[in-house]
Amino acid sequence: MVETTKDLVGVVLDEALTITLAELSDVCRASDQTVRLMVHEGLLRPLGERPDQWQFSGAQIRRARRAVRLQRDLELNLAGAALALDLLDQIDALHARIRTLEFQLGPHTEE
Amino acid sequence: MEYKDYYKILGVPRDARPDDIKHAYRRLARKYHPDVSKEPNAEARFKEVNEANEVLKDPEKRAAYDALGDQWRAGQEFRPPPGGGAWQREYRFSAEDASQFSDFFTSLFGGGFGRGSEDLFRQRGQDQTVRVQISLEDAYRGATRQLRLETPEIDKHGRMSTRSRTLNVRIPQGVTQGQQIRLAGQGTPGSRGAPAGDLYLEIDFLPHHLFRAEGKDIFLRLPVAPWEAALGATVPVPTLGGSVSLRIPAGSQGGRHLRLKGRGLPGNPPGDEYVLLEIVVPPAHTPEEKEEFRRMAKVFSFDPRAKLGV
Repeated sequence: MVETTKDLVGVVLDEALTITLAELSDVCRASDQTVRLMVHEGLLRPLGERPDQWQFSGAQIRRARRAVRLQRDLELNLAGAALALDLLDQIDALHARIRTLEFQLGPHTEE
Repeated sequence: MEYKDYYKILGVPRDARPDDIKHAYRRLARKYHPDVSKEPNAEARFKEVNEANEVLKDPEKRAAYDALGDQWRAGQEFRPPPGGGAWQREYRFSAEDASQFSDFFTSLFGGGFGRGSEDLFRQRGQDQTVRVQISLEDAYRGATRQLRLETPEIDKHGRMSTRSRTLNVRIPQGVTQGQQIRLAGQGTPGSRGAPAGDLYLEIDFLPHHLFRAEGKDIFLRLPVAPWEAALGATVPVPTLGGSVSLRIPAGSQGGRHLRLKGRGLPGNPPGDEYVLLEIVVPPAHTPEEKEEFRRMAKVFSFDPRAKLGV
């Protein structure tokens, strides 16, 4: 069965987007408490002092969802998931840098 | 449907101890988890590993699977035992779990729906993530993409089927590599009227013949003639928004970066375009051209290797 819908407009999860603790919990299918623990662990870094003032950026949504999956599928604890995410972010940034530097080196011939 | 050799998938013998199964699963899950792995087909492999673990880690499911006998080979055409087997009644899965599993799995262990109270099995649909490849031009201007999604569904008898959906999705301008777009309620449908999951599109840039993007910034290699670099020049430069004029300062060397502010991907603030000067030596073919280089060699007292101490 094929079904077609009209043009859908989504929300870009970028720095311009901010959401609250309740919204982030809902998006991640996680409890408030789970998100609070992720903040406490330093895995998520919201703006705002108190939980009811917290504002999470769009990029944090991706991070929180990844953390939930890593804990569930790899049986990691919160600290392990936080470490894995930090290292994965570093690897992604390094790969991007390497690809840019290779691009800047340009096509070169070997002797 | 095809028989699945769960022992082979986890790489353990049929008499493996629960501990061996746990360790084999953890090792393979780390290797193929889509959030961690760069392996091709990581997602498909992870689903297989997860399914194998789901069966072999549970003594009852493992016993039911073992009861099929060890004469089966992976990929062999499999027909479930008549009546579905006594074990079917024992297992229930959420829509999220069941949609991850193969036909083979659901034929053995069922979906668990259609029994018990209706409300008990109201399950929100699963979130889906789909990678969308777009060009840099699409990211600059915005675009519409048509996506075909295979959505697993579970009917009221607990059987799994696949439905194909076509979505037209708007990609807004200014998206960057790896960024996600969330489409609420466009994931896997929920069971028994529960809300659907969400759909996430992950942006992946196709390689571009001129540019390379890093975040919102764009990089370009700009070939210039030696005299343009030495004397300064104003030259046309491609940007995603079309050609612009760039002034190359006199005395520029190769490897120098010039910045075209705000000429990267759009946003608030927009990215910049970084232009890397690449000095190209014109080939000397004719006697006149060769003579010109000899004249330069005489006129310039220039040692490019002065700092090498040779």
